[in-house]
Amino acid sequence: MKKSTKTLFNIIAVSIILAILIFLEMNKRKFSYDISIIERSMIYAVAAVAMNLTNGFTGLFSLGQAGFMAIGAYTVALLTIPVEARAGVFYVTGMNEFLSKIELPFIPALLLGGLFAAILAGLIGIPVLRLKSDYLAIATLGFSEIIRSIIASPQLNMITNGSYGLKKIPRFSSIFVPIALCCLCILIIVLLINSSYGRAFKAIREDETAAEAMGINLFKHKLTSFMISSFFTGVAGGLLASYMGTIDSGTFKITLTYDILLIVVLGGMGSVTGSILGSFLVTAGREWLRFFDQPLKVGNWQVPLFRTGFRMVVFSVLLMVVVLFYSKGLMGSKEFSWEGLVRFFKNLFTRKQKLNGGVSNGK
Amino acid sequence: MGNNVLRLEHCTMQFGGVVAVDNFSMEVNEHEIVALIGPNGAGKTTAFNFVTGVYEPTNGKVFFHDELMVANHPAGKMKKLYKGDPDQICEKIVRKTPDQITKLGIARTFQNIRLFKALTVFENVLIAKHMHAKSGLLKTAMHLNYREEIQMRKEAMELLEMQNLAAYRNDIASSLPYGQQRHLEIARALATNPTLLLLDEPAAGMNPQETDELAAFIKKTKEDFNLTVFLIEHHMDLVMGISDRIYVLDFGKMIAHGLPADIQNNDRVIQAYLGVEENA
Ligand SMILES: Nc1ncnc2c1ncn2[C@@H]1O[C@H](COP(=O)(O)OP(=O)(O)O)[C@@H](O)[C@H]1O
Ligand SMILES: [Mg+2]
Repeated sequence: MKKSTKTLFNIIAVSIILAILIFLEMNKRKFSYDISIIERSMIYAVAAVAMNLTNGFTGLFSLGQAGFMAIGAYTVALLTIPVEARAGVFYVTGMNEFLSKIELPFIPALLLGGLFAAILAGLIGIPVLRLKSDYLAIATLGFSEIIRSIIASPQLNMITNGSYGLKKIPRFSSIFVPIALCCLCILIIVLLINSSYGRAFKAIREDETAAEAMGINLFKHKLTSFMISSFFTGVAGGLLASYMGTIDSGTFKITLTYDILLIVVLGGMGSVTGSILGSFLVTAGREWLRFFDQPLKVGNWQVPLFRTGFRMVVFSVLLMVVVLFYSKGLMGSKEFSWEGLVRFFKNLFTRKQKLNGGVSNGK
Repeated sequence: MGNNVLRLEHCTMQFGGVVAVDNFSMEVNEHEIVALIGPNGAGKTTAFNFVTGVYEPTNGKVFFHDELMVANHPAGKMKKLYKGDPDQICEKIVRKTPDQITKLGIARTFQNIRLFKALTVFENVLIAKHMHAKSGLLKTAMHLNYREEIQMRKEAMELLEMQNLAAYRNDIASSLPYGQQRHLEIARALATNPTLLLLDEPAAGMNPQETDELAAFIKKTKEDFNLTVFLIEHHMDLVMGISDRIYVLDFGKMIAHGLPADIQNNDRVIQAYLGVEENA
């Protein structure tokens, strides 16, 4: 495919997406449900791409997503809830005197959330990343649970509002805010991955001993990757806080980490576009399957199994099927390209033809 | 002695009670090709590993360009287990990580090829240029280091051309024929701009013709890059053909060293090698 054709395709694709977004924004009321799915997908995509940076590109196994997202979310929430509204939010114990006066605009708060997450990642990474890589998974998993119980602990009622959670977090003013921020985050990670540092990360993933023999300082590069990834995970958490408007420690259970991990594995370890695709499939898929949760009657017959919770069963089965047929995820470690898309449809077509041919031969 | 590139003094390496290298002293001088030979399990790779920082020697000193690069003595549990020469305990401790040693100018290849398998041939070589890059993380990540990046790519490409690997530049490393993978590993090592090149069985798995070509290639590379070469090898034709001097290890102990002609007729060496020669 020629470069100019590709550019044309890209321009068309971006225009279509923009047009859809503008349309949705203009008909906000009517499409609020679809908008919320798109926003959540994009926020999860940031967390998934960030996870891919460590787990897919550097070969580290971090499972602290929920913890780092909690840090980002609580930072953004505490700094952006309007001062007037705080007495109402902290109606049980009141808010810490000092904190109650600090209010920041969304973007600085978001950056601070990412920064706190990165600093905490540094504190975990400095001792742990000198050890074998396996320890990181255990350490981050533990960290995540500790963060959650700290947030929920009654001793911190005046800061985190304990188990009551935080409300009245200012929501996005339009769909463009989260989409633009998410795209920016993903773009930065992609630039990093395609830089000399990104190559060093991939070298570490491929073979640590050989990477070291190429003059790459393992510890320094692993820490860099882990801290940057955690920064963007924190930012994703901050975005999630603003998206939800209400958060509590339960929002950041370990299941959140598993959701992100699922997206990364489904999309393909080491594929950014795979993570984005996975994020939309998982987030939207969950919603589309909602009708499995409602009782269904065919004529007079009540179809069994159709009740609350069945959706997740169907969802898990679908996932297993996908993973069975695409053991490396939908994209493997490849990235989206127009050629790839054309090839995909061609293959689909020829495979069908072959199948048809096979059947007729059998007769 | 002024032109020592690499010098080992009384180096012993133990894995628990197993003595892999026993009180080994040797030197490699500038512009020499020196070979380290010996039967399987003699401790050759282990010697490479403590020179390149993969392991710490249990005892001994390693000098690089007459500067103490690595030094250690038995400590802790090793004090009791140590079976090396008790009169040669080294006082100092100097540690270096493999990346630091590479930066000093020692590059190596591995006995079992260790390429970045899923990356392209070009990327494999380009990665070696990362350590010389001066731009910071932010500048690099935002691709504002384009001058440096262009320079890195140019150097990597030149190297691939010199090694006749340019045609494979966009191929995935693991898809190359075996012999080309060995070549690529050498190209990648050269990309770190070394003064000393360590080759661990570079001819392993090659047929006689490929081995002959490799011998010529090593000689030419040595001249082109102004290198000193220290290699481990089993193919006696290759070793006898290109080495200036040879050291022989057997069960971790040096049993002979000298010119190729002397080694060829050395009784102890023939004895140590007898079984191996018959097998090969
Ligand atoms: N990491 C290790 N742990 C324990 N023993 C080892 C290790 N590496 C090498 N050895 C032992 O050291 C001896 C020398 O091995 P090696 O240096 O690989 O031999 P060569 O390269 O000469 O064939 C062997 O007995 C081997 O089993
Ligand atoms: Mg060996």
